[in-house]
Amino acid sequence: MSLAVELPGLSLKNPIMPASGCFGFGREYSEFYDLNRLGAIIMKAATKQARFGNQTPRVAETAAGMLNAIGLQNPGVDKIIENEVPFLANYATPIIANIAGSTLEEYKEVASAFNAVKEVAALELNISCPNVKEGGIQFGTDPEMAAKVTSVVKESSNLPVYVKLSPNVVDIVAMAKAVEQAGADGLSMINTVTGMQIHLPSKQPLLANQTGGLSGPAIKPIAIRMIYEVKQCVSLPIIGMGGITTAIDVLEFLLAGASAVAVGTANFQNPFACTEIIEELPNTLQTYGFASVKDAIGEGIK
Amino acid sequence: MMRKENMIIKHTRIIALDTIEMVLENEYISQNAVPGQFLHLLLTGHMLRRPISIAQVNKQENTVTILFKVVGEGTRTLASNSIGSTINALGPSGNGFPLEPNAHSTALIIGGGIGIPPLYYLANELTKKKINIVSVLGFQSKDYVFYENKFKQLGRSIIVTNDGSYGEKGFVTNVLDQIGAFDCFYSCGPLPMLKAITTQLKDIPGYISLEERMGCGVGACFACVIPAVPSGGYKKICHDGPVFHTKEVQLS
Repeated sequence: MSLAVELPGLSLKNPIMPASGCFGFGREYSEFYDLNRLGAIIMKAATKQARFGNQTPRVAETAAGMLNAIGLQNPGVDKIIENEVPFLANYATPIIANIAGSTLEEYKEVASAFNAVKEVAALELNISCPNVKEGGIQFGTDPEMAAKVTSVVKESSNLPVYVKLSPNVVDIVAMAKAVEQAGADGLSMINTVTGMQIHLPSKQPLLANQTGGLSGPAIKPIAIRMIYEVKQCVSLPIIGMGGITTAIDVLEFLLAGASAVAVGTANFQNPFACTEIIEELPNTLQTYGFASVKDAIGEGIK
Repeated sequence: MMRKENMIIKHTRIIALDTIEMVLENEYISQNAVPGQFLHLLLTGHMLRRPISIAQVNKQENTVTILFKVVGEGTRTLASNSIGSTINALGPSGNGFPLEPNAHSTALIIGGGIGIPPLYYLANELTKKKINIVSVLGFQSKDYVFYENKFKQLGRSIIVTNDGSYGEKGFVTNVLDQIGAFDCFYSCGPLPMLKAITTQLKDIPGYISLEERMGCGVGACFACVIPAVPSGGYKKICHDGPVFHTKEVQLS
């Protein structure tokens, strides 16, 4: 059973990777299993300067999911390149750098910082973080802005660029087409869905940031629907994400049109989520009559 | 090192209003846990695990005792588990209290409400090292008081209730001037209490254990951070803590 998938810049031994922001820079989970087993690793978002992020509480549990408002906390792109990439470079697993910013200039600087880092195989362009006051989301909700930031990053980078789309839009297909025309090499979808929870004892929003991004199984149907729609209108490969916890979920994403997937919130419940899914996937594919991962991609679209 | 382990519930009982004591059996965690560490418990029907501190360990019987207060959906689910059933835990998690004072020195233990449990395991271990213990334990009211006799067996203890329905009336900080000399302190409880204590005892070496809503519980998600000293840095409560020296973190 072949689990291998070829994507722009990425030769994946299997289609499973931890999602950005849910896996730090890999060190913590490397104490549970060998990171060589993963298809790829998407690092936590990098910005130009270090960011502390939002006040706490930063997470809240919901039915079948969770809200988070971390706020892009990271040590800054230079420190990530200096301290985190060398650790991940010990593994034969492609590294995808997630990049974020508040301005076009910042995106450009962060993207170009990775040009000299041969261990990084691709960029995931975060235009859709809902949890920072400036930047991120406005690039992710306006097709023109999304196209602009995509072309700026493509011009400054020598790496394949996967644009991570926000579900918090009226027309996801318009967003996907805009970044495709701007030169994106692939799509990553979906980011979290903006939500809120009120804390009854205080009668106020529970998260210090008030709103947060909903993730987990609660958003899986939204992700499936959006991938299914986008796949029919653009020719870019899609890394799918949103509530994946099992190999069956992975197959659903493949059928909807994803070529690979990222696992996020499930890692918190089960640190072995990614490796258990990798172990389970061949059986699941076989059960539904597929001889490889490639055979299943887009098969749900008639 | 933390592992993902199944723990069997051996015993459970209500020890005060809304407060449950649960004894869990697991060899690896019981043999490796130190005072101040916690379990990150997976609860049926819940997306996020719940961090619960370790209140006592019995290495002969391979058991770990936890105490928790039923305050929301997660703790309600935890309380509904019956004896003989299994709970999945990541543990032992985090870093414990340094047991650094010399023998025959005096350590002050200051606990508030459901922050008291990790201090009980700590007090036992300090006593084994011939360190004198004085405990100040604060509760909302008489109905919430637990482990009074257990702490009394380890040394002098003072109970304080906010409403004066049992022991001294007021806050733990009201009685600190009755203690006499002590060499260091250890504290866990609500944030306002920790702030008051660390201000009042700023010249004495002390360790505090912090809590926060957690995501992964292993240091990867950055949900449970606290500003560090010097300013600009941060610590992850689950991974760098939950125990910190008072001079390491800024309580807001």
